[in-house]
Amino acid sequence: MSLELPKVSVKDLQEWSKLGEVLTSGHRLCAGCGAGIMARQVTLAAKALGDPYMIVNATGCLEVATTIYPYTAWNAPWLHNAFENASATASGAIEAMNAMQRKGLMREKHVNMIVFGGDGGTYDIGLQSLSGAIERGHDFLYVAYNNGAYMNTGIQRSGGTPQGAATTTSPAGSVIPGKIKWQKPLAEIIAGHDIPTFTASPAYPRDLMAKVQAGLKHDGPAFMLVDSSCNLGQRYPPDQAIEVSKLAVKTCFFPLYYTYKDEWILTGISARIAKNPEKKLPVEDYLKPQGRFRHLFKPEWKRKMMDIQDEIDEKWNRLVRKASLH
Amino acid sequence: MSGLREVTGMTGDEAVAYAAKLVNPDVVAAYPITPQTIIVERYSDFVNNGEVDTSFIPVESEHSAMSACVGASLTGARVFTATASAGLALMYEILYVASGMRCPIVLAVANRAFSAPINIHGECTDQMVCRDASWVSLFGESAQEAYDETIMSFKIAEHPDVMLPTMFGIEGFIVTHALERVETLSKKQVEDFLPEVRSTKYRFNPDEIATFGSLVLQDYYMEIKRQQEVAMQNAYKVAKDVMAEFTEMSGRTMELVEEYKLEDAEYAFVSYGATAGNAKAVVDRLRNKGEKAGALKIRLHRPFPTLEIHEALSGIKAVSILDRSATFGSPGTILQTDLASSLYGKEDVPTLHGYINGLGGRVLTLPEIEEIYEKTKDYHDVGMTSTTDWVGYRSD
Repeated sequence: MSLELPKVSVKDLQEWSKLGEVLTSGHRLCAGCGAGIMARQVTLAAKALGDPYMIVNATGCLEVATTIYPYTAWNAPWLHNAFENASATASGAIEAMNAMQRKGLMREKHVNMIVFGGDGGTYDIGLQSLSGAIERGHDFLYVAYNNGAYMNTGIQRSGGTPQGAATTTSPAGSVIPGKIKWQKPLAEIIAGHDIPTFTASPAYPRDLMAKVQAGLKHDGPAFMLVDSSCNLGQRYPPDQAIEVSKLAVKTCFFPLYYTYKDEWILTGISARIAKNPEKKLPVEDYLKPQGRFRHLFKPEWKRKMMDIQDEIDEKWNRLVRKASLH
Repeated sequence: MSGLREVTGMTGDEAVAYAAKLVNPDVVAAYPITPQTIIVERYSDFVNNGEVDTSFIPVESEHSAMSACVGASLTGARVFTATASAGLALMYEILYVASGMRCPIVLAVANRAFSAPINIHGECTDQMVCRDASWVSLFGESAQEAYDETIMSFKIAEHPDVMLPTMFGIEGFIVTHALERVETLSKKQVEDFLPEVRSTKYRFNPDEIATFGSLVLQDYYMEIKRQQEVAMQNAYKVAKDVMAEFTEMSGRTMELVEEYKLEDAEYAFVSYGATAGNAKAVVDRLRNKGEKAGALKIRLHRPFPTLEIHEALSGIKAVSILDRSATFGSPGTILQTDLASSLYGKEDVPTLHGYINGLGGRVLTLPEIEEIYEKTKDYHDVGMTSTTDWVGYRSD
């Protein structure tokens, strides 16, 4: 069974931008925050589908910075329960609507349910809740925005923090240079549940929004992993969010693809790099602008830098092999 | 009261399941844990055989069970779940979300001891430690009370002046798995008692732009918490009214507290749950010996029915508090500290003697309860106003 991505043109973006923001201005996310950009793209893509949509949000930056009582930046039905349980909460809301529609207590209509969680709320504390909800088959699109650490609590390492990154709980020490291990392969773990799984970057909005629409149109759970930059935690100037996100894709640190069952399909720049491997940039280009990797450029950690490049090459080659099987 | 009473045999867990079936909640989200399992097993039968039109969410943990209940409740659904012990502990974080977001969820607790050591048997500590979570909390003595409290809990929780989640407990195995005589109600009786209208005024739904679960800081947090306390105070009156209405409908007397031979009593037992049955049996034995003994059963534990308890215990010399919950380093047993706060400084109040007993399913025998009675009299005679003991354990 294959999954089709809708085509999203620049003209579509122009039209959709007139629909009105779902995450409105006045929120208190940091200047240059990738989560805000990501959330606007996701919700606008949902709005453009025409069906009503609802949002469940795990605890995290996106939640706290947008809903400081008595204000809200959400121009949508929006619900936050706790940190580790966004998927379970969404499953309750979805099944409540199903039951009430069955009993005639609610008007029949299809609702697109979007769930947002950060890397802490998805890779770590919320993984069980997500896996359980997917296994039960509730119809929702889970959007995990990975900014590489527990940014909301002050840049502590998570299961989504890349190898070598300095965080407040994996500092660049004289003995241990930042985070020791690679991230959890979250997209692959979720793809193993046999549901449509997408990766996307707010640096490539047409790709991201096409995937959001494909995920929402799919009957049943779907998952999207977004590389979401955080200038405060990743340590670069606030106007560089999109540039850094682009480099993540161009270096194959964060490839763009989607997968469903045994199909793996590279999209956008990643598809182009697979065809023209010489276009792949060295990982140093992605690491260099970010203060969290600064220590890796010292001579004593040259070996570590090489390990990171090797690991990226290995993972990228594996993905290209899977994507070229059909 | 209407027509002939239907009578059947059920375990406590089955009584909960069959009562819940009459309620036919929109959503049941639950995870299995001994000794609650029969509730979710029976309910799954009802769902898969089309006897109810509930959405059953077989979640992967109790944490997700309560989380799904919150999501469903905020969406406007009538919601039910059941758990025990470790499961209730795992829910604990979300119990506070449920009450803070004013979700009238109903939770059946098959009261069971906490680990460690791991133990599957009856004890009420699991529910008692939730007493500050802003949940209405009831205990049931029998399968009959399990049946009745299932139905009443929805009415208390969903009352517009309350809108708080409600839990009721029955002790593991002693009540959950014991086959007892249960008088049942008809579907019509329950439908008349619990109108189909869903009471949530504001709900998470596709037609309304609304934010649920905001970040609330120093400037508003305390007002929201205060509203929960007002709701809890309202729950006291609502529970009383609901029990009166239930009594009228079922013909079974249901009150916040149950008095047994207290009118002329000098010494009394105070207990809750299944222990209350044994306390009443011992009162009968003592009465036969010429003792002026009585018993008080606490059905509603939160909000604590201070007024009823003061009235019931006025003029009693001393009470033996049979508390099947563990607490450590406390000035008294859990129920004892509630009683002490309720009675302190008032006229004609008894001396209070707490007995922690029956942990991990340990049986407290009738002769042991008689010994407790004598011990309390001795304490009272030597002028001790408050004592706390552990009873029924090997000391070496």
